[in-house]
Amino acid sequence: MTIRKKTRNTSLAKRSWQKFIQNRMAILGLIGLVLIIAACLAAPLLTNYDPTLIDPSIRGLSPSREHLLGTDRLGRDIFARILYGGRWSIMIGVIAAMGANLLGAALGCIAGYYGGKVDSVLVSIQEMLSIFPGTLINMLCIGFMGKSVRNLLLIFTFTGWPGVMRIVRGRILSLKQEPYVESCRANGIGGMSIMFHHLLPNTLGPIIVNSTMNVAGYILSEAALSYLGLGVPDNVPTWGNIINAAKRLDIVQTLPMLWLAPAAAICLFVLSINFFGDGLRDALDPSSK
Amino acid sequence: MQENDHILRVQDLKTDFKVGRRTVHAVNGVTFDVRRGKTLCIVGESGCGKSVTAHSIMQLLPPNGTIAGGTISYYTRDGACEILSNYKRSGPRMRAIRGKEISMIFQDPMSTLNPVYTVGSQIMEMLKKHEKVSKAEGKARIIRLLGELGIPNPEIRYDQYPHEFSGGMKQRIMIAIAMICNPTLLIADEPTTALDVTIQAQILDLIRKMQESYGTSVILITHNMGIVVEIADDVAVMYMGRIVEFGSVQQIFSHPVHPYTRALMRSVPVLGMNKDQELAVIEGTTPDASTVFTGCEFAERCECARPECFHRFPKDTEIEAGHRVRCLLYEEGGEENG
Repeated sequence: MTIRKKTRNTSLAKRSWQKFIQNRMAILGLIGLVLIIAACLAAPLLTNYDPTLIDPSIRGLSPSREHLLGTDRLGRDIFARILYGGRWSIMIGVIAAMGANLLGAALGCIAGYYGGKVDSVLVSIQEMLSIFPGTLINMLCIGFMGKSVRNLLLIFTFTGWPGVMRIVRGRILSLKQEPYVESCRANGIGGMSIMFHHLLPNTLGPIIVNSTMNVAGYILSEAALSYLGLGVPDNVPTWGNIINAAKRLDIVQTLPMLWLAPAAAICLFVLSINFFGDGLRDALDPSSK
Repeated sequence: MQENDHILRVQDLKTDFKVGRRTVHAVNGVTFDVRRGKTLCIVGESGCGKSVTAHSIMQLLPPNGTIAGGTISYYTRDGACEILSNYKRSGPRMRAIRGKEISMIFQDPMSTLNPVYTVGSQIMEMLKKHEKVSKAEGKARIIRLLGELGIPNPEIRYDQYPHEFSGGMKQRIMIAIAMICNPTLLIADEPTTALDVTIQAQILDLIRKMQESYGTSVILITHNMGIVVEIADDVAVMYMGRIVEFGSVQQIFSHPVHPYTRALMRSVPVLGMNKDQELAVIEGTTPDASTVFTGCEFAERCECARPECFHRFPKDTEIEAGHRVRCLLYEEGGEENG
């Protein structure tokens, strides 16, 4: 009985969790994340307005009781647009981060484990992708492929994998020297199984941390591209698209809520995610106390 | 000799490593047999090629190592002969043999288990890889084996992670992984070197016990003569990639003939020996593995070396049934004067 009790307490997940909750900033980040995501998901409960409904009679209103953050130049409620836009922005960030990290992890695994020619080819591609400025590549690709959420996700995935690929490859290079890999091979376990079943889980910590940070990065990239008019189509409300409307100087001056509110949403979300990611990294890194 | 007595026959095995542009002959014409149900100890100092021999048998050499010559024949339970040295190193046939027919335990138990999985699931993976068993049946079998290996509370230990085990316990888990599919040959590459002395004895006892209850043959690689005398049936003494003396444990220990074997014996402390007496040392150091020899490799450190030793390669000479030595002193016409 005593042994069983002890085991429960020392499980790796539990220790990481304890380390995580001792980190105040990380908890703050987690709370921020949960609040923002919950608000976005509960948008229909928090506002009665349709984010895409154009109503010329209420154009450019200042914040009031009916319209918490006012309305934009087409008479759409800004508060509703930010809540519904958050759904799109966060979804784009999360899916793009997952895609890029899955692809990067798989390629990093293959490059690190097999080495040799496969490795050189993958590393060269990775380097070529990394030397181009990210925004430029994204803009070029959008230009070729056209504006749509699906295209944006594809582009983020296929240009975003180098970072995590480098991390995973480096980890695999050192992990494959571990005696347990030799032991696996001595027991007749094949290369695929060693790579993805035995080695990859050992790199999960850095991958998770990198993914959370990437979510923030992709939300920012999406906002930047949308502000330039090269992101998602105009009819999709994302935080970046909402700011896009505030390109003209007179609007910046007369309708401050139109850009202040989505900018604040982006800032808060990205900040929360970064705090959360930092906390995760410290909690999952076995060498940090 | 009948083939049936043997489980593994290694003939003239040569293993080369490419280091930069040079080729190093790590194993240079090694010949030995492993008898069914018996233990062969391969003894030698660091770098003499004993581990490379084991890795060659398992085809687990690093990418720059190749089997350059010789044959490794493995005789299965039903007497079929598989030439392991002809199989592709990570091909399906070799993979089917590894773990199922021949399995291996390694020197450092602290890092031979994957830290992210419970030990139970790691043993289960092995079992499922080679045999069709249901989960419950497999788990029962694993827990029974863990119990046999002297692991207390095997049901609880099954669900624990490697970091919750001590070194000796981890080595028991490694033995469990190696034994779960009931292999016919177990290769133990210095299984006790990383453990402290009391645990060493326990692990050796376990290997012997497993061997008795499952009829497994064992190749045990060690540099510790004390272990050899305790566990071996046959002994192969290796020096610079060659077997210099091979024989049964009685032959080797009561009548060692090769000067290297004798020197090794003298350098081992014996319980009850005079405390003030200095242990004998073997003069000099092991030559670099890439040295090119024109004669006996041991000649320059050998206290019985004669001028011809430096110019002529010795051949294997059988001095009694099953006891062969590779030394010019014992070759046809030569006489013993050691």
